[in-house]
Amino acid sequence: MAQTAKKLPRKKYAMVFILIGAVCSAVGALLVFSEYGGLPLYSKKVYDLPWYILMVGVLVLFYGIYQRTASRRLGEEVSFSGGSAKSFFLKYALIFALLVLVIVVICIEPAFLKLDVMFDILAQSSIKLIIALGICFTLLIAGTDLSAGRMVGLAAVISASMLQKPTYASRFFPNLPQVPVILPILLAVLACMCFGTLNGFLVAKFGMHPFIATLATQVIIYGACSLYFDMPPNNSQPIGGVRQDFQDLAQFKLFGRISILVPIALGVTLIIWFVLNKTVFGKNVYAIGGNTEAAVVSGVNVFRTIMGIFILASALSGFGGVLEAARTAGATNNYGTGYELDAIAACSVGGVSLAGGVGKVSGIVVGVLIFTVIQYGLQFIGVSPMWQQIIKGIIIAVAVAIDLSKYHKK
Amino acid sequence: MSEYVLEMEHISKSFPGVQALQDVFLKVKPGSVHALVGENGAGKSTLMKCLFGIYIKDSGEIRLDGKRVEITNSKQALDLGISMIHQEQHPIRFRPVMENIWLGRFPKRGIAVDKKAMIQKTRHLFEEVGLDIDPEVPAGTLSPSNLQLVEIAKAASYHSKVIIMDEPTSSLTENETEHLFQIIRKLQTHGCAVIYISHKMEEILQISDEVTIMRDGKYVGTWPATELTTDEIIRQMVGRELTNRFPPKDTAPGQEVVLEVKDLCSPLPRSFQHVSFQLHRGEILGIGGLVGAQRTELVEAIFGLRSIASGEVVKDHKKFSVQSVDDAKRHGLALLTEERRATGIFGILSVLDNTVIANQRRYARHGVLNNARRVRDAKEITEQLNVKTPSLDEQMQYLSGGNQQKVLIGRWLLTDPDILILDEPTRGIDVGAKYEIYCIMLDLVKKGKSILMVSSEMPELLGMADRIMVMCEGRVTGILDRKEADQVSIMQLATQYRK
Repeated sequence: MAQTAKKLPRKKYAMVFILIGAVCSAVGALLVFSEYGGLPLYSKKVYDLPWYILMVGVLVLFYGIYQRTASRRLGEEVSFSGGSAKSFFLKYALIFALLVLVIVVICIEPAFLKLDVMFDILAQSSIKLIIALGICFTLLIAGTDLSAGRMVGLAAVISASMLQKPTYASRFFPNLPQVPVILPILLAVLACMCFGTLNGFLVAKFGMHPFIATLATQVIIYGACSLYFDMPPNNSQPIGGVRQDFQDLAQFKLFGRISILVPIALGVTLIIWFVLNKTVFGKNVYAIGGNTEAAVVSGVNVFRTIMGIFILASALSGFGGVLEAARTAGATNNYGTGYELDAIAACSVGGVSLAGGVGKVSGIVVGVLIFTVIQYGLQFIGVSPMWQQIIKGIIIAVAVAIDLSKYHKK
Repeated sequence: MSEYVLEMEHISKSFPGVQALQDVFLKVKPGSVHALVGENGAGKSTLMKCLFGIYIKDSGEIRLDGKRVEITNSKQALDLGISMIHQEQHPIRFRPVMENIWLGRFPKRGIAVDKKAMIQKTRHLFEEVGLDIDPEVPAGTLSPSNLQLVEIAKAASYHSKVIIMDEPTSSLTENETEHLFQIIRKLQTHGCAVIYISHKMEEILQISDEVTIMRDGKYVGTWPATELTTDEIIRQMVGRELTNRFPPKDTAPGQEVVLEVKDLCSPLPRSFQHVSFQLHRGEILGIGGLVGAQRTELVEAIFGLRSIASGEVVKDHKKFSVQSVDDAKRHGLALLTEERRATGIFGILSVLDNTVIANQRRYARHGVLNNARRVRDAKEITEQLNVKTPSLDEQMQYLSGGNQQKVLIGRWLLTDPDILILDEPTRGIDVGAKYEIYCIMLDLVKKGKSILMVSSEMPELLGMADRIMVMCEGRVTGILDRKEADQVSIMQLATQYRK
């Protein structure tokens, strides 16, 4: 392909964004404040659109400022060509598809523009994101973790069983005193980490494929969890009557609107980003995923790293399970069923390669959000759950196909 | 009708950056055994792969029974009556021997495979070549030598006019070799010609009628076997001139012994045994030998990647045992592996990550990396070694072979080793990059480091090493001083097979 590249000084390029951003922010801010000033300049039919205009404006403005200040590092010129436009669209194909979908949903049901919808989507994504971030480590070494969903169930049951109200009639442990919230949570996460250790040991010591190792563990966890759940006097009754302070862990709303889960997930995301990009452990994970043989020859402790990967994944799954119990104020042994597959799908859609070595935290965040937005959006306009399933499946296949085509081009 | 069953004329083949074959001839008479000899990398295998349709020649002509043929795949070669027995056998281990033989052309009855007919045909075939093997046992249960013989029977079952045998005796004992020769003679009486590739001179003189010698991808000549001696063959194989491909070697090794290996034995009987040598400060000790001499296995064992049955390794007058690569690093050893792609580079990771991977721990406090120091060190070493890359963030796979190799050397230099073990340091890289790597090596020994260099390229050994240790079949057959070594003496030691 003949490429005729157009060159543009980066400073000009940045100025375009700064201008657009500034205008959008100004318009958005004006509209938002006009409402608070008691003189709304816009129709209530567009709900919180001004807020979105403001947000997009600020984002574009920041991008422009970043381009402007970092022009020395990025090169003084920006070049455009047919090729770069094509690769740009390929790279962000998913985002564009998502935007189209969102616009369609908004046209059908403008109430989708409410800010509360966005907060809801973020809250719903949070626990899934935490689990996906755990699984991504196992995917990065060309493995997988099928036991994650069952670990969610195990952690949910353990934590909920010890954190019931003293007044609740059918308590799991009728004589258990009121313990500090943190204790049962730690116990639940530790229980999951034991099974994570088992996963890691099977893989690292015996060279078992993670698919089969975690499949075995998954079955064991479900059995163990069901046994625990079936203990008298509970006898497999759903656990309810969960203490308020435990519920608050996931149900508390900041400013009365934003679920506490959002900052929790944000925190976990930042930690995982740090671990993957700034620590020896993270670098070793990428190295093992990229070329295990070369990692061994370079002196990477493969055994320890694989153990670490599975223990970390199990801890995050356990933490997700605890939050799930708190969010729903209850638990059964069937909590978390199939969560691992959703998480693997989200990671794949977010560009994590199942062949190992490739994947970024930002991609996983996008992958998880895409799934929630689509599910929420389709529900919002009343698409039947069966159709939702079909659409979800198509998205997985198409998204990963597009992602792979990026690599074939090179 | 032509005098020859197979004529290959003016065959040329190039790969990116390498001229593998240049104007090569091979003419084989019907019912004869034609030996093809040459050093590692002389182009024997490439020539045979062109004949068998694995590679497609760039130019030249192939004639079978005087008719010109164009062979583009192996199926076609088989149909034309050419079959090839590879050095390593890869049978379908869990399926019966007979299924391995008739794969792709099972005798059928209707749509079902006719098992009875298959057993019958296999028995008949085995009788013909004098093999006593049950057709129904799984192929994986056979010994390597029996597999080799089954493979030859399979080749015969195609009623081939020409059978190519690539080092068929490399895994055979003397008795088995004798058996193989009987089979070959039987094939000859059926009018089948054999192209026989081997490094073992005695065998070649014993079995073959004619010998074609190749060197550096070029044709040297063809002689009747009766007119040749072992020494004559070796002279023709190595008779090349040393051109100015090496920087002037102006270093002199010190007296101090930095590494001593005493009577090192592998637990595997066919691997290295009773290896002893000393490495001095500032010395380049070359390790020469042919493919299969177990040189890689030896250096990997010293580096802790393979287990050791007995013997010891002494460094700086202290005996030490290496349990892991970590130990080796701590003791100041570094290893550049033979297979750059398989065990060296991380193709999808950045040059930066590739450069510092062996040295991560030094950049970390409590597991958290200091990125500025990683970048600084990577920048320094890649500039010092003249690595050509657009940036440190470039993916490793997009670098040329020579630059990848320089990054790998840099990776190990960052760990500040005293002894570098370089296994085929210039394999598959172009002449210019080779020269640069030689300069780097000389620079290192000047700084008092010592180098153990495994190389299959004789000029490289002669041009770079202070002393050359030659191995054959896992044993050290001699250590030559730079002054007394030449290509003939090295090749004689490298082909000193056990009787």
